[in-house]
Amino acid sequence: MKIRALLLGAIACTALAPVAMAERGSDGTIKIIYWQAPSILNPYLSGGTKDIDASAIVIEPLARYDDSGAIVPYLVDEVPTVGNGGVSADLKSITWKLTAGLKWSDGTPLTSADVKFTADYCMDPEGGCASLSFFDGVTSVETLDDLTVKVTFKEAKPNPYGPFVGGQSPIIQQAQFENCMGAKAPECTEANFGPIGTGPFTVKEFRPNDVIQYVANPNYRDPNKPAFAAVTFKGGGDATGAGRSVLETGEFDYAWNLQLAPDVIAKMEAAGKGTAIVGFGPLVERIEMNMTDPSPSLDADTRATVAAPHPFLTDINVRKALSMAIDRELLVEVGYGKAGKVACDLVPSPPNYAADNDFCKVQDIAGANALLEGAGWVKGSDGIRAKDGVRISITYATSTNAVRQDFQALIKQWWGEIGVETELRNINASVFFGGDPGSPDTFQKFYTDVEMYANTFSGTDPQQYLAAYRCGNEPKPSSQWQGENINRFCDPAYDALIDKLGRTGDIAERGAIAIEMNNMLTKDSYTIVPLVHRGRVSAIVNTLGGYKMNVWDSEMWNIADWHRK
Amino acid sequence: MLTYTIRRLVLSVPTLLFISLAIFLLLELAPGDPMAQVPLTVPPEVKEKMREALGLGEPIPVRYYKWLVQFFWVEPQVLIDHLFDTKLAWHFAPVPADMSATLLNTLTEKGLIKETSAGLEMLVKDQRVISWQTRSPVMDIVVQRLPQTIWVVGTAYIVGILIALPIGIYSAYRQYSIFDQSGTFITMIGFSVPPFFTGPLLIVIFAVHLGWLPSVYDTIHVVTDWESFKFQFRQMILPVMVLALQTTAQISRYMRASMLDNLNQDYVRTARAKGLSEAVVVMVHVLRNSMIPVVTVIALGMPAIFGGAIITEVIFKVNGIGQLLITALFANDLPMVLTLTFIFAIMIVIFNLIADVLYGVLDPRIRYE
Amino acid sequence: MTELSNPVPQGKSTSQMQDVWGQFRKHKGAMLGAGFLAFITLAVLFGPYVWTLDPQRIDYRARDLRPIYMALFDASAKVSWAHPFGTDQLGRDGVSNMLAGGRASMAVGWAAMLLTMLIGTSIGVIAGFFRRLDGPLMRLTDLFLSLPILPLLLVAVTLFRQPLSSNFGPEGGMFILIVGIIGITSWMPTARIVRGDVLALKEREFVLAARSIGTTNRNLITRHILPNVLSPILVSATLGLATAIITESALSFLGVGFPSDFPTWGKMLADAVPRMENFPERVLLPGLAISLTVLAVNYMGDGLRDALDPRIRGR
Repeated sequence: MKIRALLLGAIACTALAPVAMAERGSDGTIKIIYWQAPSILNPYLSGGTKDIDASAIVIEPLARYDDSGAIVPYLVDEVPTVGNGGVSADLKSITWKLTAGLKWSDGTPLTSADVKFTADYCMDPEGGCASLSFFDGVTSVETLDDLTVKVTFKEAKPNPYGPFVGGQSPIIQQAQFENCMGAKAPECTEANFGPIGTGPFTVKEFRPNDVIQYVANPNYRDPNKPAFAAVTFKGGGDATGAGRSVLETGEFDYAWNLQLAPDVIAKMEAAGKGTAIVGFGPLVERIEMNMTDPSPSLDADTRATVAAPHPFLTDINVRKALSMAIDRELLVEVGYGKAGKVACDLVPSPPNYAADNDFCKVQDIAGANALLEGAGWVKGSDGIRAKDGVRISITYATSTNAVRQDFQALIKQWWGEIGVETELRNINASVFFGGDPGSPDTFQKFYTDVEMYANTFSGTDPQQYLAAYRCGNEPKPSSQWQGENINRFCDPAYDALIDKLGRTGDIAERGAIAIEMNNMLTKDSYTIVPLVHRGRVSAIVNTLGGYKMNVWDSEMWNIADWHRK
Repeated sequence: MLTYTIRRLVLSVPTLLFISLAIFLLLELAPGDPMAQVPLTVPPEVKEKMREALGLGEPIPVRYYKWLVQFFWVEPQVLIDHLFDTKLAWHFAPVPADMSATLLNTLTEKGLIKETSAGLEMLVKDQRVISWQTRSPVMDIVVQRLPQTIWVVGTAYIVGILIALPIGIYSAYRQYSIFDQSGTFITMIGFSVPPFFTGPLLIVIFAVHLGWLPSVYDTIHVVTDWESFKFQFRQMILPVMVLALQTTAQISRYMRASMLDNLNQDYVRTARAKGLSEAVVVMVHVLRNSMIPVVTVIALGMPAIFGGAIITEVIFKVNGIGQLLITALFANDLPMVLTLTFIFAIMIVIFNLIADVLYGVLDPRIRYE
Repeated sequence: MTELSNPVPQGKSTSQMQDVWGQFRKHKGAMLGAGFLAFITLAVLFGPYVWTLDPQRIDYRARDLRPIYMALFDASAKVSWAHPFGTDQLGRDGVSNMLAGGRASMAVGWAAMLLTMLIGTSIGVIAGFFRRLDGPLMRLTDLFLSLPILPLLLVAVTLFRQPLSSNFGPEGGMFILIVGIIGITSWMPTARIVRGDVLALKEREFVLAARSIGTTNRNLITRHILPNVLSPILVSATLGLATAIITESALSFLGVGFPSDFPTWGKMLADAVPRMENFPERVLLPGLAISLTVLAVNYMGDGLRDALDPRIRGR
């Protein structure tokens, strides 16, 4: 009954459309496969990419990032800037003006009250909102009239596009979520599983961790879109199976995030049914050097804390030699193929913030050996270098993942060639990336000498990302091992730059500061040893048109434009 | 027999309670964090807030008690409410002071508000077992997952048994014949090759190269007519094949061994000497006695149907109970894992009891008192 | 029955052993199985001293080599006599990996299987034989049957890895851990089956007779009960060996098994699955090795059972 009503609505809308370029719902069903299944359609309660993407089909932010990283308006006519008066001159407030006449999928009008409600919902202290950091420093959100919202910040915000921008902070409907604030958020299963939105599709059925069915939104603002009448969003399985179902059998139209070896993807593509598309965001696979001593002989309060400096990794020559011994070109070829590039920077993109260093591109085993020799690290009878009784013997941890294990094996071999002993360890990702303070294996605890993983930042501004390496922000027992300064890096000059970046509004100047900070962490100190700038690979069938890979926002950002070729 | 069954049923209650405590403590001790899958871009202090919202701050005994109440008291009431349209699993709570007028109106219209001496009270649902990943009641998802698991894993089990029994019987009867030798060879290979290999292999052959069968199971498909039944049949072939291979291998081995034991017994010689036909000797006398250990194996395998088949479900995206358990485990969704494993434990206790009762029926020498 | 006629234990036992061996030798499959098993065991034990290439050595230029037999079908295949089984995507040698992997798999398989059989048989016999212990032991079995293996393993890894690896080294510690976990999570079916058989046997005339002449429980179990439940135990054992090898591979697959630079057959198989179309040998070699080992053990079990059964032996 409900579907019929929706379909009738859809037909009515298309009938009224003046010029039908492509009619709404004329292209049938599009089938999407994610090997991680979405478990909830409320991104504020999850934070997982799979859930954000699945909800992006239904609910939208005021503005989002396009495929080039530029902010484009969605529910507003223009993006507020200092130039057009939307952002106040002191950078302390931003005023959004909603496009007139927008409707929720249930036909009620979208108002500024919904936007304000969204902020209240996320900022509720008991709610456990995953996007809370987007509302960092917000003192108030006011509705000036039905279509105008003003967000005020505690201090000047050079980048005021946190709240309501991007897939992580979409607008939810007040009428639907009103009774779901704070501690009651999890009780609203119906709303969490079927949010009413302004996006091109609405939820027809949601089966957690399995499959979602959407149908075209009859009240979508563009009467000709979306071209598809329905979406089937299947979750589960593994990356190989997902890639196969698009590239080899053509059962699905789109497969997300194919973390597979390059030769495996190439083989699948050879079937000719579809293509793998790569996009590069700021995701960097890196080796983190532990500046503190992780020795198990230390007691729990000093182990891997700043109280115990690392016996040999505090010597910059050791860190530099370890970096020089790595052949990054080969790592890219083995692990990522066209989905990877050699990385020497912590912030490899967007262009304004990228240092574009190339000091690490060439492997130099001889140079690394000479450097260690010169610094007094000499080979013992077992072939392992030592100085004053300290042997360079490294434990090297990472999460369990085929490509990472190949990297470990290669790097262990290269380090062996410069007289460094390596013990490999791989840890289940749910333990390694989990913040359980009781587990000795989390990446925050860093009970090993070096560890390898990938990290990135959301949006296009690296300020928060770079601010992580502040003195005192390291995980430590007193903070329940929470903290983002994983390496326990500490440099007062760096902290000064963090503060300077927070005060600077000029985009070119911000770029220069960020590059300087990037170099302090990588080129000048080798605290962080970047390996590969990783792209995201998704697969689409040849008949799918309108798809644009977007690494700055949800990949579902322009699903309204997708159509059958 | 009846008293024995009743006594066992009564005894199983403390057993199950103990099992639930053991599983709960095991999960509590295990390292892991429900926030592990949240991207690193979400700051740690936000994650800490999210953890608190899940109730992780409460002490362990409180959480165990809450789960017990929710599972044994609230969930059955919810089931009754669902079946008979009652309101057992609801209770009255004071209306929060900051509730908006419009919401208050709609609630009053629905008859959910009443006035007491203490002020306005509203009818709210009791807290059920809530999954951390989906923030929704665990039991609803379990009910949603059961059909595809029972369809696929159950069919595979039955198919496996139906193939295994004749193979086992005939192999034993004609021990060391070519049939026996090749049967042994094939079943052992079937048993020693893990499903994470056979699954993709079958997909590559039948879905990619031949294009005959789908590689992804459609869980929302509904059988209404002949065409849709054919589709359902086609999509079940591959996962059922992978699973049945394991069942067949295992059960036919037990069947064969058990038959061999009995074929050499004195009573068989006696039966033959009496002039009974070979068919009667084998199919009635020997088979009945040989079924005793095999019935145990079959009964003990039954809970696995409800437990799902983790690897096969993941490979073919059947998304049943097994896939639910593994995703919950990787996401450290403790309420989900606890509830699923506990339901599994109940199944095991029940089918163990069934196996024991069947023993008594099949073998009159066994006396329960 | 023979033991009654010959009360001297010394002489009897050798002659029985000879009988058993004589019967076992007649079983072709069993001999073949035993031979193959001996071959595999010797190969993985002493092979690495003959084929001395380090299984972890990466030779990137010689990566993705095909096994030598490919040259027969396809003249353009990349093969090299230096690597008869080919190399993997990083250029690690196939032969030495098969040998090293076999060593680990065989060790895990045998140790876990023996542990499983030991626990399962003892609990099954005790539960079946002593009525008072039946209830508690079977409830214990229920408890273990319902324990989820993955969290159990994670708990064990967290609690015991550090002390075990400091005492036995990282690989040795992990070995004990994995064998232990497989052992304590897979003995239950054996226990159930053995108990069922013991329950039935206990009421049989020969047991009653033995009991009536005052045989102690201990002798009753070791002489009369155990030999008669041997065949289900042997079946469980053959299946148990396969299960242990496969469980180990599933654990490595899920990332809770051996360190990544420590090959096992199961792990090699799991790692090679995504590339099975381009490099079928990488799944076939370890897959065949597992299957043939399991098959060999199975045939050997068959032969042993026949050889140990006095009724068959007499014929």
